[in-house]
Amino acid sequence: MKVSYYPGCSLESTARDYAESIQGIARWLDIQLEEIDDWSCCGATAAHSLNEFLALALPTRNLLLAEAVGLDVVVPCALCFNRLKSAEKVLLGPEAAQFESRYLTHIAQVNGLETGAQSEEPIKNRIYQGKIKIWDLLDYLTQEAVLSRITAKIKRPLKGLKTVCYYGCLVARPPRVTDAQQCEDPTNMDRLVEVLGAQAYPWSYKTDCCGAGLAVSRPDIIDTLVQRLYEHALEAEAECIVVSCQMCQANLDMVQSRISHKFGKHYYLPVLYFTELIGLALGHPGVRTWLKRHFVNPFPLLMRKGLLD
Amino acid sequence: MRELLSEPLSPKPGLGEQLLDERKISVFDCYQCRKCSAGCPLTFAMDFYPHEIIRLTALGQEDLVLESNTIWVCASCQTCTTRCPNDIDIAAVMDYLKERAIATHRSIPQKNVATFHQVFLDDVRLSGGRLHEALLLRMYTSRSGGAMAKLVNGTFMGDLKLGFELFRKGRLRLKPPQRVRDIDEFMELFKKAKVWGE
Repeated sequence: MKVSYYPGCSLESTARDYAESIQGIARWLDIQLEEIDDWSCCGATAAHSLNEFLALALPTRNLLLAEAVGLDVVVPCALCFNRLKSAEKVLLGPEAAQFESRYLTHIAQVNGLETGAQSEEPIKNRIYQGKIKIWDLLDYLTQEAVLSRITAKIKRPLKGLKTVCYYGCLVARPPRVTDAQQCEDPTNMDRLVEVLGAQAYPWSYKTDCCGAGLAVSRPDIIDTLVQRLYEHALEAEAECIVVSCQMCQANLDMVQSRISHKFGKHYYLPVLYFTELIGLALGHPGVRTWLKRHFVNPFPLLMRKGLLD
Repeated sequence: MRELLSEPLSPKPGLGEQLLDERKISVFDCYQCRKCSAGCPLTFAMDFYPHEIIRLTALGQEDLVLESNTIWVCASCQTCTTRCPNDIDIAAVMDYLKERAIATHRSIPQKNVATFHQVFLDDVRLSGGRLHEALLLRMYTSRSGGAMAKLVNGTFMGDLKLGFELFRKGRLRLKPPQRVRDIDEFMELFKKAKVWGE
């Protein structure tokens, strides 16, 4: 399987563990990830908070690069995924012509591109035609074909590992942008975790916001939101939290000691990427390196469960 | 907030109509069912509930909504937008109001949030296309004016420790990211985007 890959900015830095685990397991699952050449930032929350044009123009640039390659594009970051999907909906929707002409006017000066696409123009004349599919990484890796590959390669089932799956906001919502089938109660990560041999407990906070966008500017808000998630994970009897978004991971992992201190209660809930769990079950040798980059040390839990030596 | 609204409001045309015109979002479709506020995880930090922002926008109360905490505290989690029975893109209303608050030089009660967003986009521009996280944190600390306050209240050491831990774990890349090849074209996208007010 060969797909385009849009890693996004944080996978080159703070989410290096996520990036390494994705590369590691993709190779083992015979999935060829072709990084989009010359990709740029999607604009994230900053752009859609401050400038609607930029919020669409930045992901549009990347979609055009991806469509030129012609392969479906896989996106590991929930926010990047949401921004690319938002741009896709505009580029293929009734407002396309209006946005396109603004976009092209912006870059026409330097490129000598044709401008002035009209609303009567057939779709084939549009700058983006939607021939490729934008995939969230979790959705991509939980397709039946991939799940059966994973099942065939499991070396060490994750027996006895009690988890809750935390999906976060932006892969699910809003469904008219993300095309999510089960935006209030997604289940594909739960299914994956069960396939890997671990337990995925039901809880009501799968898609509740952790407030990651405010992590730097309003850490006090994060403490309230994330502590609530910890409490409900514990109530569900989970011993760790599985995530598919690097902002959720950072936000639940990096501040666990601060929150423990603030609320006078010692929390120990390792926050693991679903890709790391796949690596663990497949017996991938990179797992130790990935997990060592976390703040909440997952080794004691995994060793107690006999899942790491 | 309740006290603030104890005086009768005089509805003014303008804000809601402009939102409809510019973004095709109709706050006039709202029948105040409060589903948005019921599902919002951030109401504890807001001065107006989301359904109140929608109503005040429909009534043209620019001063109240553009200078509210709510629009900046909104984490854009899209729960309200997803659940609105009248398909009002409430999170996008918050974005519109934020953009307008900056453009019209309103006093912003959540300066740190606004500064973070602005610094983020500055970083992407200066770094030539991709965000340089190490630079972001440095620029934010110097520009939010929070460095001194943090020294005083003791959280500065905590931030420093966090930064050091990230570095030690190999997660704080100091090397700048790759720049896009056609940098002029990329900058053109930013040029007319008036992200920093007029």
